[in-house]
Amino acid sequence: MPDVLSIEHLTVSMHGRTILDDVSLTIRPGEFTGLIGSNGVGKTTLLRAILGLQRYESGSIAINGQPRTAQLDALGYVPQKISLDSDVPLRVIDFVTLGLDAERWGLRRRRRAQRDHVMATLESVGAAHLSTSRLSELSGGEQQRVFIAHALVRRPSLLLLDEPLANLDPRNVQEIVALLHRLSRDHQVAILLSAHEMNALLPFMDRVVYLTGGHCASGPTNEVVQTDVLSALYGHHVDVVQVHGRVFVIAEPNEATDNLPEHPTLTVR
Amino acid sequence: MHWLFEPGLFTSAPVRTALAVGTVAAVVSAVVGVFTILRGLAFAGHALTDVAATGGSGAVLVGASPLSGFLSGALIGAGAIAVSEGPESHHREIATGVVLSAATGLSALLLYLDATTTATTGVTQRVLFGSLFSTSASTVPLTVVLGTAVLVLTAVIARPLLLTSLSRELARARGIRVTLVSSAFLLIVAMAVGLSALTVGSLLSTALLVGPAAAAVRWTARIGRALLLASAIGVLSTWLGVVIAYDSYNWMPHQRSLPVGFSVVVVIVTVYLLSAMRTSGPRGDHRG
Repeated sequence: MPDVLSIEHLTVSMHGRTILDDVSLTIRPGEFTGLIGSNGVGKTTLLRAILGLQRYESGSIAINGQPRTAQLDALGYVPQKISLDSDVPLRVIDFVTLGLDAERWGLRRRRRAQRDHVMATLESVGAAHLSTSRLSELSGGEQQRVFIAHALVRRPSLLLLDEPLANLDPRNVQEIVALLHRLSRDHQVAILLSAHEMNALLPFMDRVVYLTGGHCASGPTNEVVQTDVLSALYGHHVDVVQVHGRVFVIAEPNEATDNLPEHPTLTVR
Repeated sequence: MHWLFEPGLFTSAPVRTALAVGTVAAVVSAVVGVFTILRGLAFAGHALTDVAATGGSGAVLVGASPLSGFLSGALIGAGAIAVSEGPESHHREIATGVVLSAATGLSALLLYLDATTTATTGVTQRVLFGSLFSTSASTVPLTVVLGTAVLVLTAVIARPLLLTSLSRELARARGIRVTLVSSAFLLIVAMAVGLSALTVGSLLSTALLVGPAAAAVRWTARIGRALLLASAIGVLSTWLGVVIAYDSYNWMPHQRSLPVGFSVVVVIVTVYLLSAMRTSGPRGDHRG
């Protein structure tokens, strides 16, 4: 089975500045991958390049071994921000159904099977009970579940999520990450989730992609979260220590630690 | 019912024309208005009404029909906004503001020329605030054709338009041509504004575009129901406004009627205020 996502030597520049420099990574079917880096390092740019929304100077991106244009349905996407005015007349079930047919012209009567499929998708994210609620009136955590259902409804093989945990309280962060992990296992959908704070992801991540200064280090979590790899990545000495089977990443207080994720101490399973 | 319907109301040819044209304009404006609110385009909608006024005053100057003036003005304005707007919403606001300013200035000049160089009386009042009772019966078929065209176009782009309104980024990721859909919708708004300008005048057509839709989206969470409810509010407001304006001939001193545009707008604003009062607390229709 080919890799769900294969990026080779990707370079992206914007306004004369190199955002991504020779980035390569692969994601296999059903893998849960964290795309980690501080604000402005190019996480969104990388996701947009995968989606075909960002031009790149060189390199290649393949989805399921094929060019992206041939695999449009293979990608599900949850953008960083969807602003909803409180009066938007749209129910949860209607929004998720748009995930099936939004690009089609004209009106068509929706079939029973389509409705059942949408309800099953909502059920899989624990939001079936919200199906007739006004989307704009849901809480942040509830909306995030619905956005995930919208992205999942076509049964993509790769789900891209841009900072989905931002603005959620710790309990909702835990619930959303656990949900995504379960979806990746149950539906064999690979997940690439960007975040600048990785603590909540560590117990679930199969792979990690660190982005900093335009470069990336990627691989299985326990291979990337190593003293030498992280020290080279951040240009500063970083200690990775194991305590009772858990891994801690410790950075010395130094100006160089400005490049590290918000919390310099990270835990890995 | 004589207290409500004055004698001769339904046998009056101008009233029948007013009701027919007003009904088409109300339905079209309501349907387009729901998407206008969804997309946060109320300001652009208002700007297009001002540009329609420029077209209307230009039409009077050259002796063309007001409808053709309103439509061509609004369509040119929509084209100007579509061409000059950038990818972000604040770019659209700036482009809309520039087009609005230019159109209002030109409108002032054209209305001045209308008043000083033509024999037409009350032209400023007619262009800006409408003259539904003086609409020619021959306008009805054209209004119906144009209204149907707007509704069909809206139905064709409805789904891409809906997703684009919620998130341009998400729509682009789904392969939707966001610029094409947005430009097509601006042209649809322009046509709706042109039609409603005929009913309540160019300046007040914002009320027909935004008012019924704004009230409807507060009452229901279902887009289909919002479209139907907005249409119903628009049509009933127009009919009631026409009746009030007609009847006011007998109430007002010196036997003068209230302007139709005024009475229609008063009903729309009343309905909106009622909906705002009803839904100011937790929504009653939370479950749709």
